[in-house]
Amino acid sequence: MSAHASDGTMNLKLIVWRQKGPNEPGKFETYEARNITPHHSFLEMMDVVNEDLIKEGKEPIVFDHDCREGICGMCSAVVNGVPHGGFKRTTLCQLHMRKFKDGDAIYIEPWRSRAFPIVKDLMVDRGALDKLIQAAGYISAHTGGVPDGNATPIGKRTADYAMDAAECIGCGACVAACPNGAAMLFAGAKISQYAELPQGQVEAPERVAAMINAMAENGFGNCTNHYECQAACPKGIDVKFIARMNREFVKALAQDKVGALAQSGK
Amino acid sequence: MRLFSDSIGRKVVMAITGLLMVLFVIGHLLGNFSIFAHGINAYAEKLHHLPALVWGNRVVMGLAVIVHVILAIQVTMENQAAKPTKYKVERYLKATFAGRTMIWTGLILGAFIVYHLLQFTIRKTPGLVLEQDALNRFDVFTMVVSQFKVGLIALLYVVAMGGLFLHLKHGIQSTFQTLGLSNGVMLPRYGALGKVLSSVFLVGFVAIPVTIFFGILK
Repeated sequence: MSAHASDGTMNLKLIVWRQKGPNEPGKFETYEARNITPHHSFLEMMDVVNEDLIKEGKEPIVFDHDCREGICGMCSAVVNGVPHGGFKRTTLCQLHMRKFKDGDAIYIEPWRSRAFPIVKDLMVDRGALDKLIQAAGYISAHTGGVPDGNATPIGKRTADYAMDAAECIGCGACVAACPNGAAMLFAGAKISQYAELPQGQVEAPERVAAMINAMAENGFGNCTNHYECQAACPKGIDVKFIARMNREFVKALAQDKVGALAQSGK
Repeated sequence: MRLFSDSIGRKVVMAITGLLMVLFVIGHLLGNFSIFAHGINAYAEKLHHLPALVWGNRVVMGLAVIVHVILAIQVTMENQAAKPTKYKVERYLKATFAGRTMIWTGLILGAFIVYHLLQFTIRKTPGLVLEQDALNRFDVFTMVVSQFKVGLIALLYVVAMGGLFLHLKHGIQSTFQTLGLSNGVMLPRYGALGKVLSSVFLVGFVAIPVTIFFGILK
């Protein structure tokens, strides 16, 4: 296997989930990835394998990808048990083959979650995340065009906090990594981002309620605080945003109950 | 916003009921320590002269346990349904054994609580020595010793307390996170608090059956 070790290229064994369609039964197939350089990204390695498959007249492996520079959130595969391969703050497209050794066996599986049905092979439908955004990922007030810089003064700490939450690229690795198929990190980041900024604060209670309902309706699970999501997140979104969402829920609940009491007292 | 049906609402209820139970466990451990000073008979006598406290506690704990268990089973079943297919390669970066076995350690503790109550509160398990002591008080000490001299019972307690350790190692930090009292700075501190408290509980509770079984406490 180490015949290529002298020129730095590798031969790898890939064990890949193949599934023809959403309702077809899938199974693992084994492929050889030949002449892979350490500079190949994981997706480029997949391209090489697919070219070989096409030459052999076989169907190439279907996988999602787009920008290939770690910002679009399209690439999505579980590599050796962890979404994006489990290297710190690394999307699959930014994972380079230098992290692997000649002769390695690599398991490649699709995101697994009820909320993300498989379309084909490694491609899943992540539309459920869009449903969460449709339910609670916006500000309903029309705010006009782009405001003048510093028209609404935002403190540095607030701006940083909101930006950290907004760093999410919506890839769904949190859901894929969660043993419960929960989208709490994704949802928590959205809730926190809006709740922190003046434009979003007004609707914070309604937003958290709508988000929780949307998560249940779209097949996501509940949080059990394993924090596996944070570890798998290629953007390092912190679970403090889940705590923030929980805090917003408790605040909204208290307001709700106090409001209902005040109503009944009238 | 619904406390008993929303995803986060139910977790909040579980956190609060869990926290109540942890507070009880702290009190229970402190009370238990009186056994090492041979003061457990006096402690029990005192407690039974405070019926409002005893019954208030029983009602609150009973409700807390029932609600906590029902929601735990419900949430766990939902979570399993939300993740119908597991990965071929199982690898965790952060999830702990304690965290992943919460439902099992919880069910073990639930069964243990039933047994423990049948044994020392309702006093209907076999082999109990029920006597009065020299001061004509109920002899809790002799009753406890009569049980922990039996290896299997002592072992059962050690196993159950291992379950308590695992459950609270994950559960205590989880409580603060779920109640929204956590942030990036505090979460590791809650984690440390959980590890320290659950270790204290483990050592403190296990000390009693172990010292009795080996004849150190007599």
